[in-house]
Amino acid sequence: MPVTALPEGLRSWQRRTPRGQIAVWFGWLLAVAFTVFCWRVMTQGTIWAFVWDAPTQAADIGARMVPPRWSYFPALLKPLWDTLNIATLGTLAAIVLSVPVAFLAARNTTPSVAFVRPLALFVIVASRSINSIIWALLLVAILGPGVLAGIVAIALRSIGFIGKLLYEAIEEIDEGQVEAIRATGASGAQTLAYGIVPQIMPAFAGISVFRWDINIRESTVLGLVGAGGIGLNLESSLNTLAWPQVTLILMVILATVVVSEWVSAKVRHAII
Amino acid sequence: MLTIAGLSKRYAKGDKALDDVSLGIPAGQVVGLIGPSGAGKSTLIRCVNRLVEPTSGSIRLGDTEITRLGGAGLRRARRRMGMIFQEYALVERLTVMENVLSGRLGYVGFWRAFLRRFPQADMDRAFAVLERVGLLDHVDKRADELSGGQRQRVGIARALVQEPDILLVDEPTASLDPKTSRQIMRLIVEVCAERQLAAIVNIHDVALAQMFVQRIIGLKAGRVVFDGSPEALDTAALTAIYGEEDWSRTIREVEDDAAEEAAAQDAVRVLRAQATPAAARAL
Repeated sequence: MPVTALPEGLRSWQRRTPRGQIAVWFGWLLAVAFTVFCWRVMTQGTIWAFVWDAPTQAADIGARMVPPRWSYFPALLKPLWDTLNIATLGTLAAIVLSVPVAFLAARNTTPSVAFVRPLALFVIVASRSINSIIWALLLVAILGPGVLAGIVAIALRSIGFIGKLLYEAIEEIDEGQVEAIRATGASGAQTLAYGIVPQIMPAFAGISVFRWDINIRESTVLGLVGAGGIGLNLESSLNTLAWPQVTLILMVILATVVVSEWVSAKVRHAII
Repeated sequence: MLTIAGLSKRYAKGDKALDDVSLGIPAGQVVGLIGPSGAGKSTLIRCVNRLVEPTSGSIRLGDTEITRLGGAGLRRARRRMGMIFQEYALVERLTVMENVLSGRLGYVGFWRAFLRRFPQADMDRAFAVLERVGLLDHVDKRADELSGGQRQRVGIARALVQEPDILLVDEPTASLDPKTSRQIMRLIVEVCAERQLAAIVNIHDVALAQMFVQRIIGLKAGRVVFDGSPEALDTAALTAIYGEEDWSRTIREVEDDAAEEAAAQDAVRVLRAQATPAAARAL
């Protein structure tokens, strides 16, 4: 369509047809109109006096937050240890549970595309659709406050994440290698172990470490709803307006996350 | 050794890949299977080990009717058929040794295989075939560290360690340079002679097929249109298989290539002779 004849017998080419061109312009117009509309909605409910006041308020809180209360640090060590345990144990539990789910969900390994696969996909979606902190709220109500609720919350949220990325990795493997193993007379389980597992190992390791890294960050806030860890101290410090303590807790969390990112980068590099 | 009778394969989309193919291959015979892309070459050899399910017809390996086997019986039959692939189809992240030992999977249980604790007899077989294909120095390398020719040698070793009765070879040289292609074809033909193996070799390169195999079968649109010796493959036969084209050079190419190879070796010799005095002076 975009080829048009010019009078001298030459031909011209455009990327889009005239109608396509108009559709693209109309799409941009809609996007701009929507942005303007959203901006109006957002500013309607804003109390501008507070916004103009913001720099003063920020400076005030900032002034109260320094210096950090260093003497509070020893009291943070135990909650920090709890936080690391929540993240690590939760990730391990999620790995154990998500590997079978991933194999059931992958189109090329599922025993039944019609029945088992939708079920496995539902488990993954259900787990992913609920944030860790919501899982923790529910679990604190069910299991009572404490580290266990945090571990289970992290695990339930991570099953979907690891399961989804892993089943996508399984679906992307090179079928030629699987076929070659099958052609030797290998059984189904052997084909899995020799044809598929070696191909998904780098993805599996990368996904697990990545999720562990995310879980360290998520577990620092689980305490806000009573699920154990350093978040408990953060909540009580915020409630008592102990700003120097809040500063120290935020610094400790920052340091922990930096270290966990460094570890996960190292591990992924070593595996791939 | 292998007897195929009335074999047909119709894919779900309705196109007929194989149409009433019948042929027999005695032990020790290497057959080149040629034909245009889409003629059913790959489908034919994949029907033999049932990676593709035939629609109708019979395939007998020795006394075993392959088409009726299921489960354990099919796995036992597959042990007797070594397959070699175009893109090598090695498990890239496993070592050469693991890839070769995977040829024994049909003979060992799951846990032995999973824990890589193969019986000593299987190790002996693996080392023997690795020595035969000339890869003893690369046992512990990962498959993705090897060159194309070396990978295909691992593929051959994996097929041989099964101790098969027949080799199914799917375009073994399509990803290799001309010299390596010849070496790989020579190796396949030699091991077949040593072990009295029958072999079906799918191959695009007609000249290469004529150089190495004892018998050529031409497929066109799922039907056998030529079956005879390499010498009998003339212009008329090639036209029947591939359609109208100027075939005179294709048939002559065998001698041409041999001459080219000799010329190239001469050139290398001359270069060496020239280089040596210069190198001596530099020292």
